[in-house]
Amino acid sequence: MNILISNASADPIYLQIKNQIKASILNGELTPGQSLPSIRQLAKDLQISVITTKRAYEELEKEGLIDSVVGKGSFVSGANQAFIREQRLRQWEEKLIEVTQESKALGISLAELIAHLRMLYQEEEENR
Amino acid sequence: MNVIEIRNLHKQYGSFSLQDVSFGVKQGFITGLIGPNGSGKSTLIKMIMNIVVPDSGEIAVFGQKMPDCEKEIKQRIAFVPDESYYYEDLTIAEMKRIIAPFYKRWSEDVFQGYLEQFELPANKKIKDLSKGMKMKFSLALALSHETDLLIMDEPTAGLDPVFRRELLDILAGLILDEQKSILFSTHITTDLDRIADYITFLNRGQIVFSEAKDNVLERYVLVKGNKELLDRDTSQLFVGIRETGVGFEGLAANRSEAASQFGAHAVLETPSLEDIMFFTVKGGGIRA
Repeated sequence: MNILISNASADPIYLQIKNQIKASILNGELTPGQSLPSIRQLAKDLQISVITTKRAYEELEKEGLIDSVVGKGSFVSGANQAFIREQRLRQWEEKLIEVTQESKALGISLAELIAHLRMLYQEEEENR
Repeated sequence: MNVIEIRNLHKQYGSFSLQDVSFGVKQGFITGLIGPNGSGKSTLIKMIMNIVVPDSGEIAVFGQKMPDCEKEIKQRIAFVPDESYYYEDLTIAEMKRIIAPFYKRWSEDVFQGYLEQFELPANKKIKDLSKGMKMKFSLALALSHETDLLIMDEPTAGLDPVFRRELLDILAGLILDEQKSILFSTHITTDLDRIADYITFLNRGQIVFSEAKDNVLERYVLVKGNKELLDRDTSQLFVGIRETGVGFEGLAANRSEAASQFGAHAVLETPSLEDIMFFTVKGGGIRA
């Protein structure tokens, strides 16, 4: 997992960390049970305050995405699979909307879009 | 839990005075003491170390009173003063042999480890060390007797950015265990923008604030806009304003109020600690 902090970003640093870890969990890069760097190690690596990393982890805990065990550290939670699937479905839908809008803009008919999707879907299955 | 607890400290030095200074340093965190030159940072640190005696007030370190328990307390403090007072003609190894016996819990292994980590040659004379190397030597000496609290007075002054970043990394490494605490004073606030957990701001001998850095940076806001936006009411919002021929820049201590007053008419930015220090020290009506 990579975390990149931008000083030019309008988002506060804790939010940047939270969003990036969340994205890694949602896209499956981080799987349930996997351990996260300790709050202090992450602060050291990013050269930022311990309080900032702590806040990012607390927010992730509140959303049920990670669990923290005193003395053992923080782990990706396995409890919230339904939530994660829901989040991923929402992202999926957003992408579909985007594709639909772009199709309309390019004058691609629904039939053409479905045909193309079918082809891509089959290709993907064959590649497995 | 606080490792240092300071209550109602007063000190008068001719025209300079520290007035009713109270604050705490939290265990397991890095606290930065900021303020312009002459604001009383060094005096405050010297009082914690009992090098300067306060006129009144209380200082407790590790829950023990200073100066009553000075000896016990100092065995557990790693102190790096703003200037090093070593015998210039001695080598690193010789100087260490003089200092080490003062500490009950001196660890030669830890010291040798730091010499290696900091790339300090033991047979080099103190006078031949660069400023950065002297700083590292002071730090190695200070950290080699099983200390719980590191106090540094302007450790980064006069050092290049490469070494300053290296030092920040060393400091973050020290607090990994959640037990050790660090207090350091500096007027180079960019070092603290990065790693400090808490900030204590001293101006003209008084505490302006002492709280978590993230809170401070969220509370204050830097407003930039056209001069037409400034009137008697809106000016009240600012801790300090800098007006130029092409607009103004001001620091407000209440972000939400500034946002509702100026809305989209001005640019609102998160200030740096340097901005906060500059506008607070200069106050209203800076003309450039």
